[in-house]
Amino acid sequence: MSADDPLLSVKGLKIEGRSDETWNPIINGASFDLQKGEVMGLIGESGAGKSTMGLAAMGFTRDGCRISAGTVMFDGVDLVTASAADKRALLGSRIAYVAQSAAASFNPAHRLIDQHTEGPTQHNVMSRAESEADGIELYRKLRLPNPEEIGFRYPHQVSGGQLQRAMTAMAMACRPELIIFDEPTTALDVTTQIEVLASIREIVEEYNTAAIYITHDLAVVAQMSDKIKVMLKGDEVEEADTRTMLSDPKEEYTKSLWAVRSFQRPSKPAVHTSATPVISVQNVSAAYGKVPVLHDVSFDIHEGRTVAVVGESGSGKSTAARCITGLLPPTQGHIEFDGQMMPLDYRKRDRMQLRQAQMIYQMADTALNPRKTIGELIGRPVQFYMGLTGNEKRRRVEHLLEEIELEPTQYINRLPSELSGGQKQRIGIARALAAEPKFIICDEVTSALDQLVAEGILRLLAKLQDELNLSYMFITHDLATVKSIADEVVVMKDGRVIEQGPKDDMFTPPHHPYTDLLLSSVPEMDPDWLTNLLNERGVDNIGDAAVDKM
Amino acid sequence: MNIWIQIIGILVALGVLGWLFRFAGQKATNNKPFFRDMTFGVAFGYALGAAVLLWILTTYYKAITADGQVEVNKYFFFRTVIEWFVKFSIAAYLFRLVFRYVGTAGTRKLFRNMPLTASFGIMIILVYAFVAIFAGVIAPHGQEEVFAKVNVLPGGDPAIGGDPDFPLGTDQIGRDLLSRLIYGAQNTVGIAFATTCLAFLLGGTFGFLAATLGGWLDQLVSRSVDVLMAIPSLIFALLLMTIAAAWAGSNKELLTVYMVLIIAVIDSTRVFRLARAVGLNIVVMDYIEAAKLRGEGLGYLIFREILPNATAPLLAEFGLRFCFVFLTIASLSFLGVGIQPPLADWGTMVRDLGQFINFAAFSPQTASLPLLAAGAIALLTVAVNFVVDWMLHKSSGLKE
Amino acid sequence: MASILRIIAQRLALGILTLFVVSIVIFAAVNMLPGDFAQAILGQGATPEAIKAIREDLGLDQPPVTRYLQWLAGALQGDLGNSFAQANFASFAGTTATANSASVAAQLGPRFENTMFLAGVTAVIAVPFSIFLGILAALYRNSVFDRFTNIFTLSSISSPEFFLAYILILFLAVLNPLLPSLSNIYEGMDFGDRLTKTLLPALTLTLAVTAQLMRMTRAAIINLLASPYIEMARLKGMSPMRVIVKHALPNALAPIINVIALNLAYLITGVVVVEVVFVYPGIGQLFVDSVKIRDIPVVQACCLLFATAYILLNLTADIMSIISNPRLRHPK
Repeated sequence: MSADDPLLSVKGLKIEGRSDETWNPIINGASFDLQKGEVMGLIGESGAGKSTMGLAAMGFTRDGCRISAGTVMFDGVDLVTASAADKRALLGSRIAYVAQSAAASFNPAHRLIDQHTEGPTQHNVMSRAESEADGIELYRKLRLPNPEEIGFRYPHQVSGGQLQRAMTAMAMACRPELIIFDEPTTALDVTTQIEVLASIREIVEEYNTAAIYITHDLAVVAQMSDKIKVMLKGDEVEEADTRTMLSDPKEEYTKSLWAVRSFQRPSKPAVHTSATPVISVQNVSAAYGKVPVLHDVSFDIHEGRTVAVVGESGSGKSTAARCITGLLPPTQGHIEFDGQMMPLDYRKRDRMQLRQAQMIYQMADTALNPRKTIGELIGRPVQFYMGLTGNEKRRRVEHLLEEIELEPTQYINRLPSELSGGQKQRIGIARALAAEPKFIICDEVTSALDQLVAEGILRLLAKLQDELNLSYMFITHDLATVKSIADEVVVMKDGRVIEQGPKDDMFTPPHHPYTDLLLSSVPEMDPDWLTNLLNERGVDNIGDAAVDKM
Repeated sequence: MNIWIQIIGILVALGVLGWLFRFAGQKATNNKPFFRDMTFGVAFGYALGAAVLLWILTTYYKAITADGQVEVNKYFFFRTVIEWFVKFSIAAYLFRLVFRYVGTAGTRKLFRNMPLTASFGIMIILVYAFVAIFAGVIAPHGQEEVFAKVNVLPGGDPAIGGDPDFPLGTDQIGRDLLSRLIYGAQNTVGIAFATTCLAFLLGGTFGFLAATLGGWLDQLVSRSVDVLMAIPSLIFALLLMTIAAAWAGSNKELLTVYMVLIIAVIDSTRVFRLARAVGLNIVVMDYIEAAKLRGEGLGYLIFREILPNATAPLLAEFGLRFCFVFLTIASLSFLGVGIQPPLADWGTMVRDLGQFINFAAFSPQTASLPLLAAGAIALLTVAVNFVVDWMLHKSSGLKE
Repeated sequence: MASILRIIAQRLALGILTLFVVSIVIFAAVNMLPGDFAQAILGQGATPEAIKAIREDLGLDQPPVTRYLQWLAGALQGDLGNSFAQANFASFAGTTATANSASVAAQLGPRFENTMFLAGVTAVIAVPFSIFLGILAALYRNSVFDRFTNIFTLSSISSPEFFLAYILILFLAVLNPLLPSLSNIYEGMDFGDRLTKTLLPALTLTLAVTAQLMRMTRAAIINLLASPYIEMARLKGMSPMRVIVKHALPNALAPIINVIALNLAYLITGVVVVEVVFVYPGIGQLFVDSVKIRDIPVVQACCLLFATAYILLNLTADIMSIISNPRLRHPK
């Protein structure tokens, strides 16, 4: 192999998966080259075959999949036809893998350092003692707290963000030439993600390791990679270096992906302070059993307005919604609806009170009964609250389906499993609308959806709000969504409201330090964003390290 | 000691064969991945499989060419098993083939992707159901009818003590065994089916109530079930049957009713556990929360929201429970405290005919009588288990 | 470490509580008999005086709670009361039943030993064999071998124990006289002889238990092999052997121990039928005989013994899986 041959060269790769006793294509022919030290971002929506492709780059397929055509040349060896023993010699030592969920990918029965040293000792790269010392050195470079000590813990004793860095260290253990990162930060909060991103980028650069970085998040891939490859449903869409790809995408699909972030609903004028809010949460505290989760939370939601409740996991934003619906009666404080006190427990509320506040869920899959047709799902609240039956009910359901932009005759008799994710979420919206409520809680309604689909849902919600003068409580962790739809913002952390106010005030400085950290941690499309941020703040003032200092 | 040397010799020979097989494969296919990556264990497995197949074929060849009564008798059972295995396989294959073209679009699709074991199971279940329902029409004689000829041998050949009127012979008080076998389907299967239904009604109701309501009711019922399940079920059933027998006195039918109730209650604890677990999995779904927040009542929640989503696991569990109940009743009857005479029942028949097994060397037909009754029990449970196994496999496959 | 001890202590306490409640259930069930023991012993034609005498003799005139406590106290000290059948015989013979000849404990003792021997032989054959086969089936799942064992084990589970027993008798005792079909075990037999006589019932039980054990082991291992950390180990280039031994087995321990305990508990039920078929002088046979002649104290005692063994096995499984769980062994 000459010096300018690529490290990894994939040509005409086709992968098939077995379902219903036949082989169906997952990847329909993919090709790319990766040079030494080069990082390629592999991007696409769910079902694009990114992970399958990442594993295939290691010559590995999951059970029920097979490589049907093509070659994967790594340093002169075709991983598709290589013998199992030859592949084993490469895996772990020269090609390594970092999985999405570090918590599930570390063996619960062994200490981190034992798992770290397994690769080097088994591949005869280092002795156990050398590898252990090297592991501690890597932990230090990845800025894990207590690097000398943390390796002697078991996986369940270490937090998610730290585990993800420990896994990167493990992948680095034999100093491989290629690492596959499979969505390593998807499950993490933004403030944790930024730390992991910074450490991964640093270490990959330091050892001049080539990498394939798989993700669905454009802004993340913009920070991490030298070039980007876009995939859609197993097909290649396009490939170019990062800056060209961001500034000048060629294909329609890529352009539409880039354009998603442009949706912005115009803000509405502030409400009179004297107006009665639709929902008023007053000094609410709540607890699960004896563990307090909400502390003195207050906010108002006015007619026709959207209040976005923002926070990371464990901030208590969903608990606040459970208090409003009455599923978790608050231990203190109360909730007013249109100026009237609501019973705290939903079982004590009358049908009228229940009808006025509806909910849309994050996972449309679990929010719709899989055994009921669309007509039954939407028809039930129509019948239950409005008392409509027969033709009247049917007309109302058809009207609701038109409202959510689905053709009634085509969808009314289908089951949820016959719809796409976005369509299911629309049915969830229609079911909430069927009750003719004044107020709807949207609990992370777009976070399980691909960006294009999520955009459609946001537009629909905005349109319905204008037509029906609805009030929304919009729970989300995604600040981009907040920007595009909110009138007012409530920032929560550890069960407390940190800051609240109109959106425009919230997004212009000065911020509360936590809000500032949250805003600054959201990756932007600019490829220099992470570099600039690190230069501006220093590595010790980002992410969880900064939170701990507060 | 000799036998150990033989075993070791065979193992070594198989190992060598396996190694040769792999080596030959590698050479012949020019190192195709299949042979190249084959471990020695797998190669040994192929050799062992081939050896077993060879043994079956040679033994069957010996069986069909056997000379003299003694030799024929010796291979009678082996030959019967092989022949019935082939017959059943062909029948199941044809059965599946027919239903790929007959029936509604749904069933046709179902049979297209069905393994042979499952179609065999469905076929057997249908046959049993048919025999059980029409036992009175099919059986040549009544189940309690006593004839003058006692201890007629099976085979229907008067020369060796048989009688064409009684193809399977008669028992020691002169009842036709074929008729009793056919009526056994009605009694044994029918009683087991009724018991399972009762157990499901009980366990299912409490299970779903406990899952939906939670709180003290769930605690109370769950803890009571824990205690009942801490006693092994057959032992508990035997204890309660002792007491039931004292209550029933000489009323045999009453004792059978008691048995149904006792087994249903003991088995409903297992159904309760499953129904509660399935219910709990469904109750945490957002659509249940949505229905609760809508203000729906308990009845709507259980029957319209939970039950439709629980049918698949419950149906599979019904199959398994039926097998378990069926085997428990058969065991009780075999031990003499289950279904009471004069009702014909397979468990009791096995007990009564059990000693004939010792005549295998000179009258294999007679010796197969207890095996026939016991096999009738086993065949149905095998069939149900095959179908359930396929259902579970299918539903787990869909989830992934 | 303190927390794990606390959890184990809790489980032990729960086990003892369950056993206590079970003893109440057994006692209460027996007290649901029409009439009472005295009637049961003497039959329908007994004179009122005779019944009264026996009632006083057995303490039946005491309130149920007192009788329960006496029975429980006795059981704890190994005194399980007197067998009716033996008592009857003694009174017919004109002598008073001595504590020794009629005591349930004396009857149970040697039989308990026999049953444990049978269960032990079965476990020694069945456990290693079926775990090995189970792991093999999991490793080569969906292969011809796996499909064949699936059919074989399903058939074996579906067959009643007496069917398996008769098939084994047919092939191993009648057609090919290798093993005795009757297990007449007596005291003072030498070990080899005893083993030969126990082999056929043990093989029957092995067939029944192996199928269950194997299927459960297979399911547990397949479940485990699907975990991301096994995939990770493969992607680290570890050999298949190392993946199994180092990564799968430490985590498979808890489920496998559980499976073993569950199936040994199942043996307890299976032993009853098999002992009857082979006329094996164990607890199971005594139990069935006593059920038939309604010898209540023996039934009660056997029931308690079976339940205790069952609860203890489940408890062991519970505690073993707690100990083998790294999350509990190394708390945060």
